[in-house]
Amino acid sequence: MTTKIFTGAQMVVKALAALEVKYIFGYPGGTVLDIYDALFQQTDVEHILVRHEQAATHMADGFARSTGEVGVVLATSGPGATNCITGIATAYMDSIPMVVLSGQVPSTLIGDDAFQETDIIGCSRPIVKHSFNCRVVEEIPNIIAKAFYIASTGRPGPVVIELPKDLLMPTSTGEFHIEIDVKMRSYNPNIKGHHKQIKKAVSAISDAKKLVVYAGGGVIIANASALLTELVEKLDAPITNTLMGLGGISGTHKNFIGMLGMHGSLEANRSMANADVILALGARFDDRVTNNVKKFCPDATIIHVDIDPTSISKTINAHIPVVGLVDVVLQQLLDELTATNFEPNKEERADWWQQINKWREVNSISYVQEGDQIKPQRVIEAMYKITKGEAYVCSDVGQHQMFAAQYYPFAKPRQWINSGGLGTMGFGLPAAMGVKLAFPESHVICITGDGSIQMNIQELSTCLQYNLSVVIISLNNRSLGMVRQWQDMVYGGRHSSSYMESLPDFVKLAESYGHVGMQINHLDELEDKLTEAFNIKNRLVFVDVLVDEKEHVYPMQIRLGAIDEMWIKKGVKS
Amino acid sequence: MRRILAILLENEAGSLSRIVGLFSQRAFNIESLTVAPTEDQSLSRITIVTRGDDKVLEQIVKQVNKLIDVIKITDLTERSHVERELILIKVLAMNDKSRTEVKRITDIFRGSIIDIGKQVYTIQLTGDAQKINAFVNTLANETEIIEVVRSGCVGIARGEKALRV
Ligand SMILES: Cc1ncc(C[n+]2csc(CCOP(=O)(O)OP(=O)(O)O)c2C)c(N)n1
Ligand SMILES: [Mg+2]
Repeated sequence: MTTKIFTGAQMVVKALAALEVKYIFGYPGGTVLDIYDALFQQTDVEHILVRHEQAATHMADGFARSTGEVGVVLATSGPGATNCITGIATAYMDSIPMVVLSGQVPSTLIGDDAFQETDIIGCSRPIVKHSFNCRVVEEIPNIIAKAFYIASTGRPGPVVIELPKDLLMPTSTGEFHIEIDVKMRSYNPNIKGHHKQIKKAVSAISDAKKLVVYAGGGVIIANASALLTELVEKLDAPITNTLMGLGGISGTHKNFIGMLGMHGSLEANRSMANADVILALGARFDDRVTNNVKKFCPDATIIHVDIDPTSISKTINAHIPVVGLVDVVLQQLLDELTATNFEPNKEERADWWQQINKWREVNSISYVQEGDQIKPQRVIEAMYKITKGEAYVCSDVGQHQMFAAQYYPFAKPRQWINSGGLGTMGFGLPAAMGVKLAFPESHVICITGDGSIQMNIQELSTCLQYNLSVVIISLNNRSLGMVRQWQDMVYGGRHSSSYMESLPDFVKLAESYGHVGMQINHLDELEDKLTEAFNIKNRLVFVDVLVDEKEHVYPMQIRLGAIDEMWIKKGVKS
Repeated sequence: MRRILAILLENEAGSLSRIVGLFSQRAFNIESLTVAPTEDQSLSRITIVTRGDDKVLEQIVKQVNKLIDVIKITDLTERSHVERELILIKVLAMNDKSRTEVKRITDIFRGSIIDIGKQVYTIQLTGDAQKINAFVNTLANETEIIEVVRSGCVGIARGEKALRV
């Protein structure tokens, strides 16, 4: 602990340095100019200047998702702060650790509708884990330390801190104290599973004939992949991942039966529907997974492990709830299985796998290459082959996102970065930038569409400034494909506002921002040109791939049906 | 089912708005809400009367508990407890007959007349919701009610059980 006199602005920066923050993503403005001045005069924390505050939040988010560290954002009051809202909501829905520092008008003006005054604490209240107002300069460092602690522990999430300008200015000084080791009487996030519940869970697992492990984003957040893999192998159980959980176990593991849910594999959804015991780990029975909750897995005993008690029995009733950190509970389950000398019943497992393999034979994740137009799925396959499955894949939202989830088996956690809960178009590029900053030596792909990429296209400028050589692969179908798909399937083919008839020339656009632009529109040049794109070092490459605009994402759950009632392809039901 | 929830939380800026916001955001019902600091000024105690089935109540309790500044929440209606509400009520008392009658009803309910105007009486009464409702209805049959203000319910568990840090 050190003691010296600092301004509020200096305290902000010193606190970030004390918390070992390397990067902060932001955009300046009136109320935070003192912080910018303090940033200018030090080298511990590097500021990354974005071109829109929404991108700052997604960039911090991508950085957080790939590293597991807290992403930090700095924005000015009023429009700067409100521009952060979408990014805060995105992080909230996917439980991403983030701290947003927002300027505020001087304390004396709060409530007067002063220039660039917005009640950002009020605006963000439903989409934050917690928020703080600062009212006294000496409080600033410990509020920041608390914000980091809250954002990164338990079920992580975004925390907003409002900093009135008068506390930051040279006229406002105080002693600097920071307690990095935070303790709070009202918040205790380190929870072990209750031993009785662990025993019950293991007993249900041991009795199961048709066991399925259903693992979500909680496994990624808790760095629990190794334990999860160990458990799955010990149980010899089929495992399915949610969209958020992909990479939690290797996509090529023999027990992996694919993603479940709306665009999941038939075998994953069928296994769930026929299971007698479902072991849910860090997943939340989202409506994009369950389909009609009334028809959800009627015969299954549900064991639900989650750090957030509100997620348990919210949509689907859990028979054996276990509240605890996923990694801790996984270890407890493994210990209890060992203690009870668990061995899977060979015959029962063989029967179950035989059944699952029948469903696998349907080959529900497949497409037919007819004509010579490039199929979007083919692009993902090529991408997988060229990057040997080792790239970070950061996705926007739409059909391209689902194709990437289906056709790129992720070997490791944190490799797949997408906005699952909120489904935020415009997330992909800034998120990829955050990842590239953290892992400059790795291939970082932004898989996007002609619609989504235009929602944060201005960040191409930031990429040039910081030399972020992301590979942007845009599956250009000249339409808001996912919207168009729903219009084809549900709205009688009426394509209301789902075309993009005035698309820019993306190659020239990339070039005008100082990057490499490339277009691919022949199937036979796909692999070569993609390989070429990945071989260009230290330049951002924008690859505009013209794909078949009529392709739909299959399989797809039938609305209001059970989890495994699906369209396998056009006009063919499961 | 009617439930009385007692919440102990940090007495900090914004903590009440988080509770209220949570209820409206998740479409939980609030019948009444009262809040005040406890003997320890760093803590506030909120009493909320709400309605919902077991599933809804389970979510309410979990969601409130999840708020960072909430220390404890308990459903008082789960166990034997005492609930009280204060009502101040201004009624028309124009003539002898209605004055006598208002006084008589007030006495029966063990209320007290705390202010007298030219044509009005102001009465104070404490009790549980049932008693207060009965009092208001009885008065309404006798005379005209001019103004009513109710404190909302506060409650506490009977016996040794206590909600504290
Ligand atoms: C900010 C935002 N607005 C609207 C939507 C609704 N939406 C979901 S997918 C989609 C179309 C995306 O088009 P594109 O990026 O071209 O991807 P494609 O589906 O064509 O692959 C839309 C409009 C959304 N998810 N996010
Ligand atoms: Mg498109």
